[in-house]
Amino acid sequence: MKIVVCVKEIPDPDLAASIFSVDEKARKVILPPGTRHVMSPFDAQAVEVALRIRDASGEAAITLLCLGAETARSIIKHGLALGADEAILLCDPAFDDGDSFTTARSLAAAIAKIGHVDLVLTGRQAADGDLGVVGCGIGELLNLPTVTFAASVTVAGKTLVIERALGDGSETVEAPMPAVVTISHEVGSVRHPSLRETMKAARKPVTMWTAKDIGLAPPDIGARGARRVLERLYVPVSDVECEFIRGETPGELAANLVDRLSNASLI
Amino acid sequence: MTYPSDLFVAVEVIDGRPAALVYEMLGLARGLLEESGGVIHACVLGSGLDGLAEDLIAHGADKAYVVDAPFLAAYQADLWLPDLVAVIGKVEPDAVIVGHTPFGADLAPRLAFRLGTVVATGCNRASVEGGKLHVTRPCYGGKAEEVVSFLTSPAVFTVKPKCFSPSPAKDNRGGEIVRLESVLDPASVRTRVREARREVGDGARLETASTVIAGGGGMKGPRGFELAGRLADLLGGAVGASRVACDLGWCPPSRQIGLSGKTIAPELYFAIGISGAGQHMAGCGNAKTIIAINTDLHAPIFRYARYGIVGDCHEVMPALIEKIEARRK
Repeated sequence: MKIVVCVKEIPDPDLAASIFSVDEKARKVILPPGTRHVMSPFDAQAVEVALRIRDASGEAAITLLCLGAETARSIIKHGLALGADEAILLCDPAFDDGDSFTTARSLAAAIAKIGHVDLVLTGRQAADGDLGVVGCGIGELLNLPTVTFAASVTVAGKTLVIERALGDGSETVEAPMPAVVTISHEVGSVRHPSLRETMKAARKPVTMWTAKDIGLAPPDIGARGARRVLERLYVPVSDVECEFIRGETPGELAANLVDRLSNASLI
Repeated sequence: MTYPSDLFVAVEVIDGRPAALVYEMLGLARGLLEESGGVIHACVLGSGLDGLAEDLIAHGADKAYVVDAPFLAAYQADLWLPDLVAVIGKVEPDAVIVGHTPFGADLAPRLAFRLGTVVATGCNRASVEGGKLHVTRPCYGGKAEEVVSFLTSPAVFTVKPKCFSPSPAKDNRGGEIVRLESVLDPASVRTRVREARREVGDGARLETASTVIAGGGGMKGPRGFELAGRLADLLGGAVGASRVACDLGWCPPSRQIGLSGKTIAPELYFAIGISGAGQHMAGCGNAKTIIAINTDLHAPIFRYARYGIVGDCHEVMPALIEKIEARRK
């Protein structure tokens, strides 16, 4: 079977708030020099799901698909070192300053061009935008059944059996292939690249496609294709002043906290 | 100003009643229409929906659309979209509001793409500025917020719980009930729910509790959550957790609070062994008073906490339990 995993390069999601800032005028994030860029964690879990499917069935061709800058080659290398077979990087200034709609449109066009895809996997949301819409967008644009918040995906013939994690419960859903599935963190830990796969990775094909290669041009994509306007970007300020409770021992700390809370009629 | 003139609310039903978040959405919609004086359309799909339309009108919907059919009993996108798109086509609203829950987060993006429009998810504020709808949402893992507006119509957005005041029920509200036949072609449904499991636990309590004791990585294991449970019992509260604690299996996923978990806004929130990363704060930032216990003085949580203890939660929690019990005597 052929699996495409859509992956996104993002700045380190665990970057401390204390060194994260925003240029409000330019409406852009200011990252400290040397900030790591990584594969969005939910997308890394999507790669893991593809690898688990291959482990279980013994065969599956896994293609990484990434809409990004040249710098995204580093996350692609990582994905190949985990075991993906090849990668396609959609890289073109024409894609710049788009939005979730143009991103889904571009990825959908690329998937159509790849052809004969049985399963599209992607993270439930990107850990920078946190929107969680591109997976469903790809499904809608390609008219494919789409299942979200998957904690596991197994293949039974031509059918996918998906466990969905739903906050207050879970459900088991069947979907026919081809389909799109978005992956949630309940999938669990991801594997690390083995030395063998890392060495093989250097010889795996990475193909770059421009907008023209997938038959798209503004105003379908890029700034002219964006359907939402970014009006403001800022770091919200917390105006809470923390009162640190004094005490030499846990008992004292506890007693003093209980006093404060009681005096403030909070307990 | 005549914008917006029509707002559409997609109603999630839980145990035969509109989800509490729906009343908050109706409250939001009424606020957005304050200047223009437009119409709120609420649409509910399902099976056995007696009294629901009346409930929605009592809570402020001007028009309640009901599609009631046995095959609509359990939500699936393929089941709901055709009827929803049909009603939206009739109403032609300026905006569609959906709750940001597993249901809404699954429905809204598909609906938006099917309508050829864009969606903003997880919004905590919305207003009309200069004749345009502006919605605010956290991004960058809760470290930043963005305000977006829409170039296509309808604007579709999902809203987080506890960000807007609920519209109260009033018996004398008038409204129109429109009952529609489903337009769904059963052959178009491609997915099938084999089994659905509701967690029997405190998930729902967590969302309504006025006191929450939440534990994170600093709990270092499930034992800390037993202590959190005892503290919660003493204070009449519920237990919550950060994603780290749930991922490690220290408590069930229904307790998870944060960007990929629940959004709550209790009166009192104890953040115990929780670093205070944006992804977590996005789920509890609206708590009225936050109390943090952490061994690290520089943990970001202390920037949100009203009271803080720098200390080991495994020592402080038992002491807290002891002191509160002593007070009760």
